[in-house]
Amino acid sequence: MSGLVFLIPIALMMGAMGLVGFLWAVRSGQFDDPDGAAARILISPDEPLPDRKRAE
Amino acid sequence: MTGLALDTNGCPSGLAPPSGSDTSDPAAFVRKVGKQSRLSLTVRGAKCGGCLSRIEGAVAALPGVESARLNLSNGKLDIAWTGNLEPRRISEAVSSLGYGVAPLDTGTDDDAHKKEEQSLLLAMGVAGFATANIMLLSVSVWGGHGEMGEATRQGLHALSGVIALPTLIYSGRPFFKSAWSVLKKKRTNMDVPISLALILAFSVSVAETIRGGEHAYFDAACMLLFFLLIGRFLDARVRRRAWSAARDLAALASRTVTRISADGTPQSVRSEEVKPGDRILLAPGERAVVDMVIEGGESEVDESLVTGESLPRWTGAGMKLMAGSINLSQPLTGRATAAAADSLLSEISQMLTAGEQKRSTYRQIADKAVSLYVPLVHSTALLTFLGWWLIGGMGLREAILIAVSTLIITCPCALALAAPVVQVVAAGRLFKGGAYLKSGDALERIAACDHIVFDKTGTLTLGTPRLVSNEISKDLLADAAQLARASRHPLSRALTAAAGPGPLAQNVKERPGLGLEGEVNGVACRLGSAEWTGAKATGHTGATLYFARGQEKPVELRFEDDIQAGAAETLARLRAMGMTMEIVSGDRAEAVAEVSRSLGIDQWTASASPQDKVARLEALQAEGRKVLMVGDGLNDAGALALAHASAAPGGALDVSQSASDTVYSGGLAPLPRLVKTARAAKAVMLQNFGFAAAYNLVAVPIAIMGHATPLVAAIAMSGSSIIVCLNALRLTLNTEKQA
Repeated sequence: MSGLVFLIPIALMMGAMGLVGFLWAVRSGQFDDPDGAAARILISPDEPLPDRKRAE
Repeated sequence: MTGLALDTNGCPSGLAPPSGSDTSDPAAFVRKVGKQSRLSLTVRGAKCGGCLSRIEGAVAALPGVESARLNLSNGKLDIAWTGNLEPRRISEAVSSLGYGVAPLDTGTDDDAHKKEEQSLLLAMGVAGFATANIMLLSVSVWGGHGEMGEATRQGLHALSGVIALPTLIYSGRPFFKSAWSVLKKKRTNMDVPISLALILAFSVSVAETIRGGEHAYFDAACMLLFFLLIGRFLDARVRRRAWSAARDLAALASRTVTRISADGTPQSVRSEEVKPGDRILLAPGERAVVDMVIEGGESEVDESLVTGESLPRWTGAGMKLMAGSINLSQPLTGRATAAAADSLLSEISQMLTAGEQKRSTYRQIADKAVSLYVPLVHSTALLTFLGWWLIGGMGLREAILIAVSTLIITCPCALALAAPVVQVVAAGRLFKGGAYLKSGDALERIAACDHIVFDKTGTLTLGTPRLVSNEISKDLLADAAQLARASRHPLSRALTAAAGPGPLAQNVKERPGLGLEGEVNGVACRLGSAEWTGAKATGHTGATLYFARGQEKPVELRFEDDIQAGAAETLARLRAMGMTMEIVSGDRAEAVAEVSRSLGIDQWTASASPQDKVARLEALQAEGRKVLMVGDGLNDAGALALAHASAAPGGALDVSQSASDTVYSGGLAPLPRLVKTARAAKAVMLQNFGFAAAYNLVAVPIAIMGHATPLVAAIAMSGSSIIVCLNALRLTLNTEKQA
């Protein structure tokens, strides 16, 4: 039973971390434009490939 | 890369049709923040990542622009720039890509709606966290039943209470506030039993914990909150979507007007700032925002959205011009006769109010269910308490415990989710199919409709004429098009469209009401009415132009307003759903008869005034028909507001769009899907309510008997909520299969 003394606080802490993460996400506008976020990941500008030799 | 950007217009994925380039100057909407100028625009027709990068790219390429970010979910484009970039160039950059664009007045309303939605989401998150963690503790209490020591159980209950109290205070606020505000007015709503159940469940559990009792309902209270907040959040989301759709329409209406100030300099102002008596300049291609009397210039105006008449009208000094008309050829100056808000025909605005009043008496299924539900639950709980206490001879504490468990178990999780989940799912489906809902209860009303009244011009037909004379030689057509390219007249545009790209004639002059003249390859040519070209009118009643090259005999060019592609098929599908239909149009009898014949609609009315349309709808309603009105013009607005449900095409006038329940784009094709989805949604909603009722029929006797332990309550509540949500998701499967 004494295990509960630290197991329960650990479980609660982990849950609270998730909650804090969620609160941060809502407040910082992560859910403002779900469609845009989904589309933006596919946008990549057409650029010439980097010069390999120089990179080496 | 650039080639792609130039040759496609509008959304490159083809999800939305390109919009017209009818832009107004957004200068009046620019906000200054320090050195930076900021502007918000609402962009229509942006649907995919391609749109996003093209629009942001085009705006960011303008000189001085520091940031341009488009929100794809609500179509809002925020731009910040420094220096003296003309705001007009921003909106032109977007509209030249084929997207509709209008300045957005970023008022406080938007923030209020967003804040409400966000605070519900936060409350939901907190309640979810608390539910999960209390459940963790509760499961161990239930699992250790009989083995767990009393002290451990009491400790776990106390811990649950410590988590539940702040949750209740934070996440329960929306319900408590709303319940308190109606109780102060000595009325009641859904939130009263909810708040009561929450508070009672919590206080009874606290008492039980202190006493070291076996059952505590902390988990039930938090779970109840969590499920109810999901329903509340979805509801707020639907309402905000509907509201922002309405706001976008309002944004299109809040155009700017070019006012001529006392010293004669033109100046761009917001349409609300225009007062009767102001002098206004109306450039070619611009739409009148206020009613005005023409003082200078003569031109032709397209009044198809105001009167339903498909042919333009000549207008000159002293004539009246209604808001909604589009100036086609020459600049006009005029004096405003009314402010923008009063600029509808006064009868039409009266009709709108009358129709809206009638509609607001409609009660949603959910409201009906709640009004039945609240007294029933309260009296059941009270009777349970009295029954056990007075007749059953139970102690006060046990009787209260049973009554509270009854109140918890009957609490309307499933009821609160039944309608909002269905609305969200259905609105999402329709949005993808090209129709968007403006109100949550629209679905229920559309589902009830059994008769459709169509407007003709712009609804059943494309609203733009097309050249139908085939016997014209290519060479002659090319010459006529050289003249036509200089004009905005719909018939000239149709001619240009038929001829394809080509050069422009020299020295073109446009004479409003008559036609065009100019030199094509050195030969003087005229294009226009019969008298202008010296032709003999053939008595053809439709839209006609004559083209005279040099001294040759004038040639007649006939035009027709085409029926929307696939209209017959769409109507057949609607008929198969049991819909009857008719046409009520403001256009000429011959034109209406032609369209109704080719579409197989037997019943039609032509030359109908706005009042006639309203009268026809009232007559139908008196017969007990539930009418779905589909129309686009100002002359339809009254009828749209009055009808049981209404839909307007995306090209409709702002007033008509805001008077309707749904706005659809891409021809008539979304209509059958709209009706089908609405009917399916209503069926699912009724099933959900039926299920919630059946659940209560089973759960309530168990609770009254005193068998509703916290474990039973947890299973029953989550089980019923999940079933209701899954049932709503079935809607996606159904419509996907059929559409």
